[in-house]
Amino acid sequence: MKGKAWKFKDNVDTDQIIPARYLNSSDPAELAQHVMEDADPAFVKKFAKGDIIVAGENFGCGSSREHAPIAIKAAGISAVIAKSFARIFYRNAINIGLPILEVKNKETIEEIHEGDEIEIDLSNGIIKDLTKQKEHHSHPFPEFMQGIFDAGGLMEHIKNRLKKS
Amino acid sequence: MPQTISQKILASHAGKKELTPGELIYANIDFCLGNDITAPPAIKEFEKHGATKVFDPEKIVLVPDHFTPEKDHKSAQQVAMMRQFAKKHNLKYFFEIGCMGVEHALLPEMGLVKPGMLIIGADSHTCTYGALGAFSTGVGSTDLAAAMATGEVWLKVPESMKFVFKGKLNKWVEGKDLILYTIGHIGVDGARYKSMEFTGPAISELSIEGRLTMANMAIEAGGKNGIFDPDEKTLAYLKNKITNINWSLEIENWKLLKSDADAVYSDIYEFDCKDIEPQVSFPHLPSNTKPISKVGNIKIDQSVIGSCTNGRIEDLRVAAKILKGKKAAHGVRLIVIPATQKIYLQAIKEGLADIFMEANAMFETPSCGPCLGGHMGILGEGERSIATTNRNFIGRMGHPKSEVYLSNVAIAAASAVLGRIGSPEEL
Repeated sequence: MKGKAWKFKDNVDTDQIIPARYLNSSDPAELAQHVMEDADPAFVKKFAKGDIIVAGENFGCGSSREHAPIAIKAAGISAVIAKSFARIFYRNAINIGLPILEVKNKETIEEIHEGDEIEIDLSNGIIKDLTKQKEHHSHPFPEFMQGIFDAGGLMEHIKNRLKKS
Repeated sequence: MPQTISQKILASHAGKKELTPGELIYANIDFCLGNDITAPPAIKEFEKHGATKVFDPEKIVLVPDHFTPEKDHKSAQQVAMMRQFAKKHNLKYFFEIGCMGVEHALLPEMGLVKPGMLIIGADSHTCTYGALGAFSTGVGSTDLAAAMATGEVWLKVPESMKFVFKGKLNKWVEGKDLILYTIGHIGVDGARYKSMEFTGPAISELSIEGRLTMANMAIEAGGKNGIFDPDEKTLAYLKNKITNINWSLEIENWKLLKSDADAVYSDIYEFDCKDIEPQVSFPHLPSNTKPISKVGNIKIDQSVIGSCTNGRIEDLRVAAKILKGKKAAHGVRLIVIPATQKIYLQAIKEGLADIFMEANAMFETPSCGPCLGGHMGILGEGERSIATTNRNFIGRMGHPKSEVYLSNVAIAAASAVLGRIGSPEEL
């Protein structure tokens, strides 16, 4: 996956990612139209499909609304790279198959600038800043979570058990 | 190895003797919970993946509370989807308006929560039930879908942090101030992925309601759960509410529910309550706290008293004590929302409703309402509210350029009368 970097600060909460005023719908396409609206109202007009969100600490804190990673995924953002993720957002992203990368070295986030062309090798956790000609690394998922992600999300992962339910 | 209360509860639900922090487990849940925002996507996932039967119709709780009474046709559709699902699967716990409440006030009030339970909810404030010695944590809609089908959840065993509160509470200080103080101290990600264990002499003295408020906001420090050892106060609280169990047996089990003396903590904090004044969180993070004496002159347009954090009858009693015989300042909208139907009725019976309405408050039916900017008291551009709710993020209560200040009930009530953020001591 390859796209342009869009930078966000620390503690981007899920109210900024998808404000509650739009939560009377859970339609991914509708949610996508308002992605990141209260963090940057112009974002939805600026980004292109495949682009990448690059954020600071504690991305996705606050509400458990899965609408947040759903809005990001449905908008066509290919991945979120951050210094750290809030835990419910983190599990939601894994459960719905939104690629997220927690960088090994937090300096990485300062070194990537808005507009940089980024290429991600997800299975090896490699983040290539093509503009800066620099390579960064992310923490690998534990095997357990990688299994959920690789299956295409939690419901696919437990498919066999669902059939019996 | 020595275990914390959180490790013990998770181990008992994962069929293990003990657990190590960082371990990934599948655990059996006692309840899973969803609301009118998070249940609809869960129901869609459940059905899309061919699940046909819920794991146990008595262990799924669906509470439409965020946009109810249904505020528009889209939210009505969402509640309708829950209603149909509840009917189809014969769910025991689905709550219509008229018998509902804000979910995290409702479950403890109904006696559904017991020490040692494992409860997950597709709502971040599910961590509230730790006040009663349960392990409870917020998850997403897909987790809820999976749990409704299988009765299981995947969890990473958290490390634990211990917060020891010593000394006696200052005047007008409530559980809310202890947790805001804690969040101000460690930051909004200070407990990220971790279990927050609250203990110490001041906690032993603190009411269950105060503990519910504290556990409720563990998520605002990034915590996975907040938890208190069950004690005499817990038993007294539950005795009135739970009838269909063998009490002597349960009490024996609950006595074992505490962290081992040599349990390992990633961090231990000790706070002396004599240093803790009523706290106010400034926009736009719950961690931007200041003691009330350092707040300065902050004028307000609105005061909201309610929510899963502070909408219980004890909270309304504190508010009524301060508002009795007084009026909200000119230009201040005072909104009081009891968290459940039972609290609403009790407030009417005790004459609290009269006090509120004579103070020019709007006294509303239970709902999350303005807390998340849903309805029933939304802020316009440039407006400012003090609130007993749990979040003051950008746009949380309405317009992205509005502001929310968080406080305890006494401060919110006094501020309504003063027209600016202030203490009951100033009235």
